[in-house]
Amino acid sequence: MNDTLIGARAPKLDAPAKVSGRAVYGHDLVRPRMLYGKIVRSSFASARIVSIDTSRAEKLPGVRAIITGADAPARSFGYGDDNQILKAERVRRVGDEIAAVAAADPFVAHEAAQLVRVEYEPLPAVFDTDDALCLNAPLLHPQHGSNLFRHQQYQHGDPDAAFAEADVVVQDEFELGYVANMPMEPCFCLAEYDAGGDLNLYSTTQVPYLLQRDLAEALDIPAGRVRIIQTVIGGSFGRGLDMYPFEPIAALLAHKTGRPVRIAFDRREEFLAAPVRQPMRVKMRSAAKRDGTLWARDAHAVLNIGAYASWGAQTTLVMAQTVGSLYRVPHARFIADLVYTNSPVTGAMRGFGNPQSTFFVETQMDRLAEALGMDPLEFRLRNANRPNEITLQGLEITSCGMSECLQAVGAMTDRAADDASPPPSVSLRRGVGFAATMNVGGGARIYRSDGCGATVKVDDFGRVTLITGASEIGQGSDIVLAQIVAETLGVPLETVRVINGDTALGLWDVGVHASRTTFIAGNAARLAALDARAQILETAAEQLRVATGALDIRGGTIFVTDDPAQRVALDKVVRARHFRQQGTAVIGRGWYDPPSQMADANMRGNLSAAYSFGAHAVEVEVDVETGHVRVVHIDAAHDVGRAINPMLIEGQVEGGIHMGIGYALTEQLLVENGRVLNDSLREYGVPTALDMPSIDIQLVETNDPQGPFGAKGVGELGVTPVAAAIANAIYTAVGVRITSLPITPEKVLCAIQAK
Amino acid sequence: MPLFDIHLTVNNIPTKVAVRPQATLLDVLRDALGLMGTHEGCRVGECGSCTVLLDGKAVNACLVLAPDADGRTITTVEGLEQDGTLNALQQSFVKHGALQCGYCTSGMLMTATAFLGEQNNAVAEMQVREALAGNLCRCTGYTKIVKAILAAGNE
Repeated sequence: MNDTLIGARAPKLDAPAKVSGRAVYGHDLVRPRMLYGKIVRSSFASARIVSIDTSRAEKLPGVRAIITGADAPARSFGYGDDNQILKAERVRRVGDEIAAVAAADPFVAHEAAQLVRVEYEPLPAVFDTDDALCLNAPLLHPQHGSNLFRHQQYQHGDPDAAFAEADVVVQDEFELGYVANMPMEPCFCLAEYDAGGDLNLYSTTQVPYLLQRDLAEALDIPAGRVRIIQTVIGGSFGRGLDMYPFEPIAALLAHKTGRPVRIAFDRREEFLAAPVRQPMRVKMRSAAKRDGTLWARDAHAVLNIGAYASWGAQTTLVMAQTVGSLYRVPHARFIADLVYTNSPVTGAMRGFGNPQSTFFVETQMDRLAEALGMDPLEFRLRNANRPNEITLQGLEITSCGMSECLQAVGAMTDRAADDASPPPSVSLRRGVGFAATMNVGGGARIYRSDGCGATVKVDDFGRVTLITGASEIGQGSDIVLAQIVAETLGVPLETVRVINGDTALGLWDVGVHASRTTFIAGNAARLAALDARAQILETAAEQLRVATGALDIRGGTIFVTDDPAQRVALDKVVRARHFRQQGTAVIGRGWYDPPSQMADANMRGNLSAAYSFGAHAVEVEVDVETGHVRVVHIDAAHDVGRAINPMLIEGQVEGGIHMGIGYALTEQLLVENGRVLNDSLREYGVPTALDMPSIDIQLVETNDPQGPFGAKGVGELGVTPVAAAIANAIYTAVGVRITSLPITPEKVLCAIQAK
Repeated sequence: MPLFDIHLTVNNIPTKVAVRPQATLLDVLRDALGLMGTHEGCRVGECGSCTVLLDGKAVNACLVLAPDADGRTITTVEGLEQDGTLNALQQSFVKHGALQCGYCTSGMLMTATAFLGEQNNAVAEMQVREALAGNLCRCTGYTKIVKAILAAGNE
């Protein structure tokens, strides 16, 4: 088959629209007669609502509707079935939704929201997970019986015996702080009822088909009457994995007023109400044998999930994978406690547990190597996963380039060391650190289906349309899917368009998460294109009076392989199929659900149809007088299966590194008594162009047997090893081991002084 | 609330807009003129998503009060195309994969336009990074943005 489009550095399909200002994001949507919604939020972390007085707000000219808990369905919703659209009796966190206003103008909506008077009776609150688990702690959700939302345990082998017989053991306590997704576009939705009475919700969601169901259930309406349409989304990184109260609130306001209602967060509301990553404390030990065999791991993590549970609760499954399967380890245990507190709501964020677990696992890999007197790369290579290995956790690894990635960054770093110039100041120390990573690369079955549907139609003019359940949120899945379809069909790339993000048009997809779109939606698109191809060849064979097997398609022309002069154009074939007695259209159908398993109650199971691997080598420069850490350079090698679009993969890795540097060094949501103190991008610490190092990327191609054209997922692989590699590099540079994130200058300086 | 008129030249077109006294240039561009290519990311001058050219200088439109823009010349991302085709900088962003979600892209392009307009000599990477320090991007790690600007500037 003509292979030219696989591996092409093709620009994103939406790039021209985005560089010319023509892309229409949610925040750009306006509708005739549209109203602006504004939510009244709790200023208390824990309180009983004594009364809500909306009378002054109602009198404000321009106000069209005000709703409170009395206007919303009483039923609860959410991953933990613990949240309410509007809280009528009790608030559990600062920012809880109490009432909402719709007005003809955003300024009026804002003013009206401020005029709603809420009388509170403060209740005892808990902010720390230890406090929340005390016997007499006030319960956030009394019906749950405890603030312990969930306790999980994973184990293989016999860790307790293994630690007793090991030659070296290291032990640490890790503390990981709050970070936030902080995409550049804050949350948005617009609800409107169409002429047929169906609810249409335009949303920045990542899971349109799950949101369709969740929204209908929360509002107590038939899901068949709900249509979710994704807007052009200005980044998300996991934020859109759950439904949040603002979405049903917009629907209730639209229903009450009979007009379209939009709710657009500003940045402060994003800091107040969008989900953040779970902070956590981890006690961990790792052990090895004298010969360099990794022998055992044992980790106990306590996660602060905030006031309501979300899909982010599933991050522990990923952490268990890192603990139990990043390396071959005969004995492993991972215990997780997920704890409710009166704190910000947590959710999903790029890496989904893996940046956290890779930080603590890879810190201890370095410590074990040191205790053994081994080179850290050699120790990792000795215990790395290999192709076609089934881990003791039940992960069925197929393609695996973990060793190649470790060797690649080793070679890249040796090369860099040859021409290293001395640091420009006497107080600066340089060091290199390593970390490896493994991430799901063939979907992740955390829902009953991990499937995706696709339709490929070819019209009378040879234009190809892929209608996919997949979601484009900036990562560039549209062009990757277009490359797959064009390659499979044998048509020019520019003849393929991609339609997505609309539950009324697309077939079901579980959503954009877990680095799954290239693998899952790519396989679905390929199957649909193969089906369309077979239909085209069937008709062309009749026209050219040959067997279908004698034909091929390239550049939009069908020809006899042995006699290319015998040819017919694609559009002519489609028209011949269409305009005849009992004619029909070219409609290719594809559905792909990977051969993977949901984890069982013991966190075992082959969650993904493929696993992606990578390794980073990070060079840092530490100022021993100030504690400041600068990342100088990163070498990144990634096993991506096959690079369908290397430019986009590089973009994923570079963007992941940006978030990893933020997680490691600069980003920190300061939360005191449940209240975010630094609700601005600069104070929060999003890294700027000046904070970024030079980056060299090497793609390792292992041709996964089940990936589309051999490809595996890469969306999270860039971020997962970064914090660990930076921490290891700091140790190499100045000999201090920082086990809490972010690694601030203050922590580094204190550690240096305490040495 | 009293409105008053301001006169602006936006993307070479003279225009008159009635504004509230507290409205910002960002409000005028998006709400009154429908130029949605200029994006709001923070409204406090921290993210650079709303960067436009005001008399040729890059500014955060959210920090300019509309009355202060009276009588001045503004260029937005919609004003970059030449004769209906993407200009060299825009094409460079497309070619180098310098955008993902695209929300910061307009601001990046306007900052880069002002920066490149001030350069007489070849542009160095560190200069570009310094020029972009007021524009946040959450997707790309800035790597390909810097590459695209260097390529366009040193063509």
